[in-house]
Amino acid sequence: MNTLFDKIWDKHIIHSIENGPTQLYIDRHYCHEVTSPQAFEGLRMRGLKVFRPEKTICTPDHNIPTINQELPIADPVSRQQVDTLTSNANAFGLTLYPLGHELNGIIHVMGPENGYTLPGMTIVCGDSHTSTHGAFGAVAFGIGTSEVEMVLASQTILQPKPLKMRITVNGELAPNVTAKDLVLYIISQVGTGGATGYFIEFAGEAIRKLNMEERMTVCNMSIEMGARGGLIAPDETTIAYLKDKPFAPKNSEWDKSVAYWQTLKSDDNAVFDKELAFEASDIEPMITYGTNPGMGIGISQSIPSIDQIDETSKVSFLKSLDYMGFTPDQSLLGKPVDYVFLGSCTNGRLEDFRAFASYIKGKKKSENLTVWLVPGSQKVLKQIQQEGIDKILTEAGFELRQPGCSACLAMNDDKVPAGKYALSTSNRNFEGRQGPGARTLLCGPLVAAAAAVHGVITDPRSV
Amino acid sequence: MKEKFITIHSTCVPLEIENIDTDQIIPARFLKATDKIGFGKNLFADWRYQSNGEENKDFILNNPAYKGAILLAGKNFGCGSSREHAAWAIAGYGFRVVISSYFADIFRNNALNNSILPIIVSEDDLSMLFDKVKSNPATQLQIDLPSQTVTLSDNSWSCSFEINPYKKECLLKGYDDIDFALSNRLLIEEWEKKA
Repeated sequence: MNTLFDKIWDKHIIHSIENGPTQLYIDRHYCHEVTSPQAFEGLRMRGLKVFRPEKTICTPDHNIPTINQELPIADPVSRQQVDTLTSNANAFGLTLYPLGHELNGIIHVMGPENGYTLPGMTIVCGDSHTSTHGAFGAVAFGIGTSEVEMVLASQTILQPKPLKMRITVNGELAPNVTAKDLVLYIISQVGTGGATGYFIEFAGEAIRKLNMEERMTVCNMSIEMGARGGLIAPDETTIAYLKDKPFAPKNSEWDKSVAYWQTLKSDDNAVFDKELAFEASDIEPMITYGTNPGMGIGISQSIPSIDQIDETSKVSFLKSLDYMGFTPDQSLLGKPVDYVFLGSCTNGRLEDFRAFASYIKGKKKSENLTVWLVPGSQKVLKQIQQEGIDKILTEAGFELRQPGCSACLAMNDDKVPAGKYALSTSNRNFEGRQGPGARTLLCGPLVAAAAAVHGVITDPRSV
Repeated sequence: MKEKFITIHSTCVPLEIENIDTDQIIPARFLKATDKIGFGKNLFADWRYQSNGEENKDFILNNPAYKGAILLAGKNFGCGSSREHAAWAIAGYGFRVVISSYFADIFRNNALNNSILPIIVSEDDLSMLFDKVKSNPATQLQIDLPSQTVTLSDNSWSCSFEINPYKKECLLKGYDDIDFALSNRLLIEEWEKKA
C-alpha cells in the first residue's frame, strides 16, 4: 500500500529521530562549483575526509563561459571558483569532469546521459533542479551547502519526510505541445508555492508517453511549484534509455538491476496526501508573463485581469507586471522579443534542439534579436553535430555556443540587458534572473523557435 | 558549535511581497565567493540599490524607520534556488528570525542550519503583523524558542509556532547536523553492508 516514493525513502533510512528528521543514505551526490566550496572548507575545518568519494561526481557548469572554453576563464573570480572545484576534487579524491572534457556539461544533463542516475536511487546536489533525476524513478532533491557538507562527511542527510502528491495527466498531448508546455501548464494551475512540502509522483497516459528527455523536463520543473521533488515510475522507456549507458550496470548486474527496477511503482491502493488530475487536451503551447513560473498562460490567452487575482496577491501581481512592462488583460502574441535562449537543465538536450531545428528548418533567423543556443553538455553538442542539426541551424543564420548553464542564471557573460525581453526555455523568470533588470518569458523550444524566426511572440502552430 | 538561539526581543522590518525567491534575496552574480562572509551587504541587492549603486530610497531596508533582527515577509518566502548564500545574506545582514505564512522547503532547512529561525504564522496573523508594524515601526516582538511563542510586546497578541524537537534542540544548544550524522557511523556502515 506504499507509494513509489515511500518505497525508495524507506529503503534508505539509516535512523529516524522521533518527532524529527530522518537520516537517509544517499546513493549519488552531484557537485558543482558554486554551492560546494564552503562545504569542502567545512570538511577541512573539521579534519574530515569525504566518507564515500566514489559516490560523488563533480563538474563545473554554472559559472563557465559558453565561448572560448579552450582559453583561461577571463573573469578572475569565476576562474577561482572553477579552479577551487578542481583542487577540491583532487584533494578529496573525487571524480571530476572539467571544462572541455568530453563528459562535461550541466550536471543534470551529464549525469543521466552517462548512466550515473538510476531508478531507485536517492540523489542530491546543491542545486534545486536536482529534481530532474526523478524522471528515472529516483528520489532526487536539491540541498543547501551545509547539507552538501553533511553528505560529503557521512553519505547521509537529515531530512523531514515530505508529504506525497500524485499528479495524473490523462490523454494525449496535441501536436506541437511539448513536455515544457505540459509542466508550465501544471505549474500555472498549482501555483509557484502550491506543492510546497510535497514530493510529487507524475502519472497518467500523457506522462507515460513522454520519452526520457521529456520526462526530465517535467521533473526538472517540480521545484517551480515548490515541490521537494518529482518522480516518474521507471518503465520500458526508462530501461531502454539506460541500456549501454557508460556507467549503467552491465551483464548480470544489468539483469539484476532491471528485475529490481521493474518492481519500482506505487501499489494500486497506495494513498497520497493529495491527488490532482489534468487533461492533456486542455494544454496548448505555454508562455509566462510574470516573475514566477506559476504566472503562465496558453499562448493564445491574455494576461489575467486584476479581478481574477486574490485580494492578498494583487500588490505582488501588479508589481510583477510593472517589472515586466505588461498590463492586465494584455495578449502577448506579436510582442517583439530581444533575446531567445535555448538551453539549460530544463531544455538543453538533443530533443530540444531537434524540436527547435524542426521549426526553423528552411526559415531564417530574425535580424532583430540575439539568439543563444547552448547545448546542455559536450555529448549533446556532439549529437547535434552527428545528426546534422548544426548545419540546419547555420543555414538559418544561427550559431551554437559551448555547453553550460549560461543565460539561465547569467552567472557568466550571457546576460540579458536591463529592460530587454528574453524568451527563454530555462526554468525561472524571477526578476533579474537573466541579468539585472532583464525581463524573462519562459516557454518551450517550439515557442522559442517561432520567436527566433519572426522576431515577435508567435504561436508555433500558426506559421 | 554554532551560535545558540534562545530569545529575541526586537522591532521588525516588513517586506510585504509574496513569493520572494532566493534570486531576490541574493542575486546569482554574488555567488562567486568561496567563503560564507560578506553576503549581508548584497542582501536584496537589486531592490536595495539602483543600477548606479546608490541606495533605492523606496526600499524598506533603506527606510531608517525600520530596523531590527526580525524580517516579516509575504507567503512562500525563499522559493527557487537552493543557494544557502540566501541564508548567509540574511544572517550576515543581522536578521535572526523570518516570519511568514509559509517557507520554501530548501530555504527553511538552510535557515535552520544557519541559526535563523523561520516562524510560520497564519495568513491572518501575518496580515495583522504587517498592519501593526507599518502603522508603528516601533512595534516590538518577543520570540521565545524554549516556549515556542511569538508575542507582541504590548501583550495584545501571542501565538505558538511549530518547530520539530530535534531542530529546536540544535538551535538551543548550538549543535549541528553533521556531528549527529557522524555519531551514527556504525549504522551507516551496517546499512551499506546490507544494500
